[in-house]
Amino acid sequence: MDTLIEAWAGRIVDAARSGCPLAIRGGGSKTFYGGPEEGEPFAVGAYSGIVAYEPTELVVTARAGTPLVELAAVLAEKGQWLAFEPPYYAPSATVGGMLACALSGPRRQAVGAVRDFVLGVKVLNGLGDVLSFGGQVMKNVAGYDVSRLMAGSLGTLGIVLEVSLKVLPLPVSEKSVRFALDEATALTKLNQWGGRPLPISASAWHDGVLTLRLTGAAAAVAAAQRALAGEALADADGEVFWHSLREQTHVFFAGDAPLWRLSLPSVAPAQALGSTLIEWGGAQRWLRNGDSRVIRAAAAKAGGHATLFRGDAALKASAGVFQPLSAPLARIHRNLKQAFDPQGVFNPGRMYPGL
Amino acid sequence: MKMEGPLEGAIVERSFAVDRPTLIRRLRAVLPAQGLLAEEEDMRPYDCDGLTAYRQLPLLVALPENESQVQAILRICHQLRVPVVPRGAATGLSGGATPHADGVLVSLAKLKRIITVDPLSRTAVVQPGVRNLAVSEAAAPYGLYYAPDPSSQIACTIGGNVAENSGGVHCLKYGLTVHNVLCVRGLTIEGEVVEFGNAALDAPGYDLLALLNGSEGLLAMITEVTVRLTPKPELAQVVIASFDDIRKAGDAVASIIAAGIIPAGLEMMDQKAIHAVEPYVNAGYDMSAQAILLCESDGTPEEVAEEIARMTEVLADSGAAGIRVSQNEAERLKFWAGRKAAFPAVGRVTPDYLCMDGTIPRKRLAEMLTAIAELSLKYGLRCANVFHAGDGNLHPLIMYDANQPGEFDRAAAFGAEILQLSVRFGGTITGEHGVGLEKIDVMAEQFTQAEIAAFHRIKAAFDEHGLLNPGKGVPTLARCREYTLARGHAAAGTVRSSPGG
Repeated sequence: MDTLIEAWAGRIVDAARSGCPLAIRGGGSKTFYGGPEEGEPFAVGAYSGIVAYEPTELVVTARAGTPLVELAAVLAEKGQWLAFEPPYYAPSATVGGMLACALSGPRRQAVGAVRDFVLGVKVLNGLGDVLSFGGQVMKNVAGYDVSRLMAGSLGTLGIVLEVSLKVLPLPVSEKSVRFALDEATALTKLNQWGGRPLPISASAWHDGVLTLRLTGAAAAVAAAQRALAGEALADADGEVFWHSLREQTHVFFAGDAPLWRLSLPSVAPAQALGSTLIEWGGAQRWLRNGDSRVIRAAAAKAGGHATLFRGDAALKASAGVFQPLSAPLARIHRNLKQAFDPQGVFNPGRMYPGL
Repeated sequence: MKMEGPLEGAIVERSFAVDRPTLIRRLRAVLPAQGLLAEEEDMRPYDCDGLTAYRQLPLLVALPENESQVQAILRICHQLRVPVVPRGAATGLSGGATPHADGVLVSLAKLKRIITVDPLSRTAVVQPGVRNLAVSEAAAPYGLYYAPDPSSQIACTIGGNVAENSGGVHCLKYGLTVHNVLCVRGLTIEGEVVEFGNAALDAPGYDLLALLNGSEGLLAMITEVTVRLTPKPELAQVVIASFDDIRKAGDAVASIIAAGIIPAGLEMMDQKAIHAVEPYVNAGYDMSAQAILLCESDGTPEEVAEEIARMTEVLADSGAAGIRVSQNEAERLKFWAGRKAAFPAVGRVTPDYLCMDGTIPRKRLAEMLTAIAELSLKYGLRCANVFHAGDGNLHPLIMYDANQPGEFDRAAAFGAEILQLSVRFGGTITGEHGVGLEKIDVMAEQFTQAEIAAFHRIKAAFDEHGLLNPGKGVPTLARCREYTLARGHAAAGTVRSSPGG
């Protein structure tokens, strides 16, 4: 075993014995996300580097500490990328943090989320065992799909050491188009268009303007642009716009007001809960401010859930970061936590209090 | 090794002491008149799934008609500690639905209602007994379809698809079942209703929906599934390329991907498969070819024209002896019909066959094919090869005759060697068919004791008494140790009786 991993395994065993939990930290770009960090800071960014990359296999395996910037550069050299456009939020963002938070960018509506691209993981569990699940192939149903379970687990189930991801060719051609539409009409249009074979790879509605991104073969993009009409954006402007959504540098995200993320069925009606920005064809809706109880109730009523994506410690403590779970689901969560991390070593409370 | 109580099943195989008359009385009280089968002749049709080499009569067969009846069955079985084995259409090829001698086989075939098809949200809510193809048929009037298309799609059910995380011939581009399911409503072994996922794109907490897909009925009982529907592409066309050398075909697969093309489907058949298929369906395959590739493009007419031209170029550069492009939808379906009928076609030319499901990195295809040809000689059994080449997922069909003494054992040993090779080549023992009973021993090839123990702890997190489909999917630790020990000896040459002996 790698000496670094051996040292970490020892540290985990010590933590389990002493009852002093570990707060896992990679690049620190998404520390704001989830519940408060509790326990001794445990830096894992040093375990970095690309382990294997086979462009013709469409698979890359990277150590969890690998910066996303570095990974993207290596993939781009071969004309490939992570198609779900993971947000960085800081140049220090790592592969491990990407997996732990499972946040996906504007393209999620077209290609899927982080979990859809995870093929395999190597993790250290709470017993200090190094475990591998999944692999480097596209299809794998041997054993439970622990690799995907790790996506979005916020480091509460183990320390991710390595991740294998499916990669895709970079887009050939992209165009962005804009429409002046009110929220309700925009939602209807997005869902109607979603049912047609159009190459829509991203969408955003805010303040009376719907922007679409079309991606595909040049001829297909041009045909869709003609069919949809709309006002075309200059390529550079389109790129800046979608980047500003992925990285939340768009003016909507500015300032310290709490930021709520509502994950709803795309057909859920306009929520009338205040200033909103809609992505993912209607399935992801951002809100600033608002009463947490009202927001949570509205999200549940619409068939989805609400996350306090950014907010101060006091609000997080009172409102909770994530929508509460039903009793049987909460029990399964506790049991799973117990299965991976019986002594509660990893990131306690980062997802739910007591987990 | 010391283990916690709930993990007792992880150590050794268990039997269950069941009071059958009491169980029958309790189940009769919650099921309709014809809803419980207890006579041997009535239960006989349920004694196996698609893995017909494994047969077992269940203790009882229950045929619930709705979720509350399933719930009542689970509550009784949980209380009396009786194993429960879920069954859909039983098309599975790994024995996932093989009955348990001490358990109730719960057929979900009567839960076959399509509850909603919503074209605006592009989702369908269906009961687990709905057939895969029926979903696409119900969505067709809206220009939508359900993307995963296992070859058994005429018969196999959505509940089974979720349990096995089924694939099909279009996964590379459109994903597996796990990528196309939004929500699974089910029941815990205690009989509590629980929803994994929702109608949105993600759910709070752990991604239990991902965990449930491919869990082979070991974690929960499925009663309702919300699937994502995909807009039907305007056009699809398929290229058939024939090769005089199977290695060239394997390399062509890598070259297509290297060219930045993600085909909608990319399938390979070797000569034995072609020779079984062509007389059966007259798909128009080149009988003189050593291998053929089926390479599909879909999208707008502009996209397809561009992509087909690129595919054709790559295939020609890779040394294809012949290239044909489907000229209309009827011809495209004809080209695919051969591939989709490959298993039954092979079934016609051999009394029995075993279908393997290893997956390997695409670059090892040629090497694997050579190895399989050698193994075919070693075991004296024919083997036809059908591959989801785009995914590296192999379906070698090992032909044997169960009535010839020793042939089944030889076929099984042949298959085991293919799976061992799959793992050695950096792949997996099963890409889409599941572990079930069939591959339970070979799990030790792919996973360490610590990993197997982790699987048992996951199982216990959902089902502490190990009542849901016991004995499937994950081997006991004792079984793992035995297997590893035997393999170690075999590798060291200390034990060398024929595995078929």
